[in-house]
Amino acid sequence: MTEKTVLNATHRALGARMVDFGGWDMPINYGSQIEEHHAVRRDAGMFDVSHMTVVDLHGARTREFLRRLLANNIDKLKVHGKALYSCMLNERGGVIDDLIVYYLGEEFFRLVVNAATRAKDLAWIERQAQAFDVQVKERPDFAMIAVQGPQARAKVLGLLHDVDRPRIEKLGKFVAAAAQGPHGMPLFVARTGYTGEDGFEIMLPAEHAVALWEALLAAGVKPAGLGARDTLRLEAGMNLYGQDMDEDVSPWEANLGWTVSLDEGRDFIGRAVLEQQKAAGVARVMIGVVLDEKGVLRHGQKVLTANGDGEILSGSFAPTLDKAIAFARVPAGDTGALRVDIRGREVAVRQVKYPFVRDGKPCDGI
Amino acid sequence: MSEIPGDLKFLKSHEWARVEDDGLVRVGISDHAQGQLGDLVYVELPEIGAAVKAGTGTAVVESVKAASDIYSPVSGEIVEVNELLNDKPETINEDAFGDGWIFLVRPSDRAELDELLDANDYQELIENEDH
Repeated sequence: MTEKTVLNATHRALGARMVDFGGWDMPINYGSQIEEHHAVRRDAGMFDVSHMTVVDLHGARTREFLRRLLANNIDKLKVHGKALYSCMLNERGGVIDDLIVYYLGEEFFRLVVNAATRAKDLAWIERQAQAFDVQVKERPDFAMIAVQGPQARAKVLGLLHDVDRPRIEKLGKFVAAAAQGPHGMPLFVARTGYTGEDGFEIMLPAEHAVALWEALLAAGVKPAGLGARDTLRLEAGMNLYGQDMDEDVSPWEANLGWTVSLDEGRDFIGRAVLEQQKAAGVARVMIGVVLDEKGVLRHGQKVLTANGDGEILSGSFAPTLDKAIAFARVPAGDTGALRVDIRGREVAVRQVKYPFVRDGKPCDGI
Repeated sequence: MSEIPGDLKFLKSHEWARVEDDGLVRVGISDHAQGQLGDLVYVELPEIGAAVKAGTGTAVVESVKAASDIYSPVSGEIVEVNELLNDKPETINEDAFGDGWIFLVRPSDRAELDELLDANDYQELIENEDH
């Protein structure tokens, strides 16, 4: 049973190649994934991300609940509309999912979680919420369109109601606000994304999604598929759940330590294990690698190091760099020169600091 | 989708074979296959002089999405490879049945050609695949 977003027929009319993605029939590209990638780096592209799961949390003790549920500290959110990226951990310190949480009121927070993990996330959140009397409400009535690229904000702003435009133009990074779109449609506009470019992620009632998509198309925003979304986020150094971390990987092993807040006295789920791991040191670390010769790094390939074997996590050809890049999980410590087994051939790869691409340009040393 | 040239024969795995005037067999992948794979970024060509066996992996094409083995439709010896693909793998996306050919085989058993699908059979195969 495959689910469809409200934009499904629109994608097909645009000639999209559709694939199954976590149970959803989604566009992988509309012709050329590489051209779509470049459109986002150089101008503006849009993605249908309506398959992602929006969950609203209501209740007087919602903030207290999120202090317990999330590894990042919800108390960093002090301003209405502000967003926070966090992991949701199990008792073993493994990552159940990564998510964004928005502060919409002292008794109202909104989560956006991954599509492929929807069922287990909802079950976990509902179970943990009971003790706090927090109401967990999925919002399948929302569609979501991500508009990304150096020209993305300008193109969205041009479609907003005059009274909202100056306020949305001033919206800071990782902040969201309500605004009116074409024909007065109500939008929830967040200055967030998954491409390494500036832009907005826009949530709106599903019945208006086709009209917004058409208006963006008319404004010159290029439709981009999930294929381009994957290469864009990898170049930008962003993790993908299921490939770069899962329930058997802790944030320390997935380069997500920056999202863990070991603030005094906050008893979040998984904390005890994370503290033990931090004190003892973890056995595996996540690094960035570049392949300077021809070939493509892929998920699951073996990485050979002086310290033992590792594996390629997310790996792909990187259109902005014209070569292959990857995340790899390798044994901690001095790994020496790194090689990757590509179909029985051992090729040298170079360890680099990532992101690989920032603001449309390759980073130094890549 | 471009028209399938009538002089081509096909493997079910989407490789095409064209018998040239000199009896050599030119091999590539179909336009349908390149569309399924998406943008190609790397082609691993066989060595000239290598012996190949019908139905076994002879080259590899990699798209952004995935790596795929390319089977030789006939047994024989590789006599030429399309060096253009080293710098411009996207030629396969642009002209799968023409400039995007991959390798040329001197066949050792021409009877193997009779085992291949003709253009009509192949057309039917991909139409069924799409449903």
